[in-house]
Amino acid sequence: MLSFALKRLTAAIPTLLVLITLAFFMMRLAPGGPFDLEKPVPPEVRANLDAAYGLDKPLLVQYANYLGDVLQGDLGPSFQYVDYSVNELIAQGFPVSLKLGISAMIVAVVFGSLFGMIAAMRQNSVTDYSMMTVAMTGISIPNFVVAPLLILVFAVALGWLPAGGWNNGAWPNMVLPVIALALPQVAYVARIMRGSMIEVLRSNYLRTARAKGLPMRQVMLRHALKPAFLPVLSYLGPATAGIITGSVVMEQIFSIPGLGRFFVQGALNRDYTLVLGVVIFYGALIIVFNFLVDLLYSVLDPKVRAQ
Amino acid sequence: MTTQAAQDISDVLDGDEIVQGRSLWVDAWRRLRRNRAAVTSLVILVFMLLLCFLGPLVAPYSFDAVDWDKVATAPSLSDGHWFGTDSVGRDLFVRTLVGGQISLLVGIVATAVSLLIGTAWGATAGYLGGRVDAVMMRVVDILYALPFMFLVILLMVLFGRNIVLIFVAIGAITWLDMARIVRGQTLTLKGREFVEAAQAMGVSTRNIILRHVVPNLLGVVVVYVTLTIPRVILVESFLSFLGLGVQEPSTSWGALVNEGAREMESSWWTLAFPASFLAITLFCFNFVGDGLRDALDPKDR
Repeated sequence: MLSFALKRLTAAIPTLLVLITLAFFMMRLAPGGPFDLEKPVPPEVRANLDAAYGLDKPLLVQYANYLGDVLQGDLGPSFQYVDYSVNELIAQGFPVSLKLGISAMIVAVVFGSLFGMIAAMRQNSVTDYSMMTVAMTGISIPNFVVAPLLILVFAVALGWLPAGGWNNGAWPNMVLPVIALALPQVAYVARIMRGSMIEVLRSNYLRTARAKGLPMRQVMLRHALKPAFLPVLSYLGPATAGIITGSVVMEQIFSIPGLGRFFVQGALNRDYTLVLGVVIFYGALIIVFNFLVDLLYSVLDPKVRAQ
Repeated sequence: MTTQAAQDISDVLDGDEIVQGRSLWVDAWRRLRRNRAAVTSLVILVFMLLLCFLGPLVAPYSFDAVDWDKVATAPSLSDGHWFGTDSVGRDLFVRTLVGGQISLLVGIVATAVSLLIGTAWGATAGYLGGRVDAVMMRVVDILYALPFMFLVILLMVLFGRNIVLIFVAIGAITWLDMARIVRGQTLTLKGREFVEAAQAMGVSTRNIILRHVVPNLLGVVVVYVTLTIPRVILVESFLSFLGLGVQEPSTSWGALVNEGAREMESSWWTLAFPASFLAITLFCFNFVGDGLRDALDPKDR
């Protein structure tokens, strides 16, 4: 268990380093610096600016400095939001994105597993086919198409829910973005759950459980759910990445003041440090989360645990 | 009835059917043809390709020509703007088709990039094995864990939003899966008799990989390619939706959906047409991919 954790950790650290290095050198190799404005600033001012941001030092020194700062958790100042550091912007936007993302994740896992289970129990029935067709639709139609449609129906036409805004995470404001964000993930989880549940349902121990006369409910919940859930668990890593990427768009569509919105604004304004900082922050988050999922998997799966 | 059967048997015995046998591809094609969803999707996709690439050539409007008298007019068959016009009076039908060209091109070219890199990488790693394999797959593992969508956005921010870069960047994301799949398949092929025979005859490693391993990977690769194209189209439209992809006046389905989403309350058609073109295409690619997988999967025989 401990050795497994260590092994996974040694995989996570180089990934993190590669991410920071790649992002840093991509930024430095780009044509044009952050101060190449339409109207060039006088050379003296430029020199001062470069000195203030450490841009006058050799590239490797800059890299070492940046790496040191990042490892201490300092992502530097934002170029566009004057007087704000990237850390402050993250601290401001991330809690909002986190609430959105976790809600979507819960919806995805609960409903995805439920639908997958039902489809597996009625394999090759009309219910199964229609559920899987809906799941295919959920995967095929991008959520930035679904979101405007949801707004059109539930906010504009019916007027049941607000079309956007955050309102400190009041639930009416959360419903539509969470649904739009969770939809493709519900579909993926349902497909994975269906596949693994079909296999579990065919297994010998499950036949035994049914043969000894346990009610179906108990068979499913006590014996089938846990092994069938393992593939879903290992999908949670990619799902997180998907939800984080998706929330970038959702925050844009629903005008939610989360980190994704800062990120897109930063990207459109060429706010280098903000974009770089968010990339590293989210990258680290995904890597750490993958690590945790692996650990949890090793705890739950007896085959991995025994190694 | 009996004579017919006897006739069939003697036909089989006389004819060259036994000699020829049925190749994997003939078999697969037969199975695919029985899958109605996949065949329908395939037909729709061919139609979509023809429409997007030939349609604008014969259409009476240009995709960037502005008609100030007809700003945001609803679809109508009588005035020639079949899908209506957008907020600055450009014909939406032609714009949807031209946007489709970009989306489909990105899908196909970026997938080709990922196919080349992924197959070469995976086949080399799988065939050589040992330490080379370990190092090569380690690289894939590390890259795999990176948040690629964000790196692509970073790339767009830094190097400007040009279309070639989109091709390359997206191709660079998707080759990782391809490499993994190809490597797995190569490992199983490596021990097969025909590879051993080639080795015994002294064929060079390079030629074994190119002539004996890669052609036998084709089945898996074809399935994966059909499933990669919709993913790539989705990535491109995601970028364009955020305003980080294709730039005006050129357009893609993602960019059109973005414009449409902003104006859907007043002119629903600006969202509806590009969105349904995008959704139908993605849907069909996924169905064809699933169908191909079923058709080529030997386990299913």
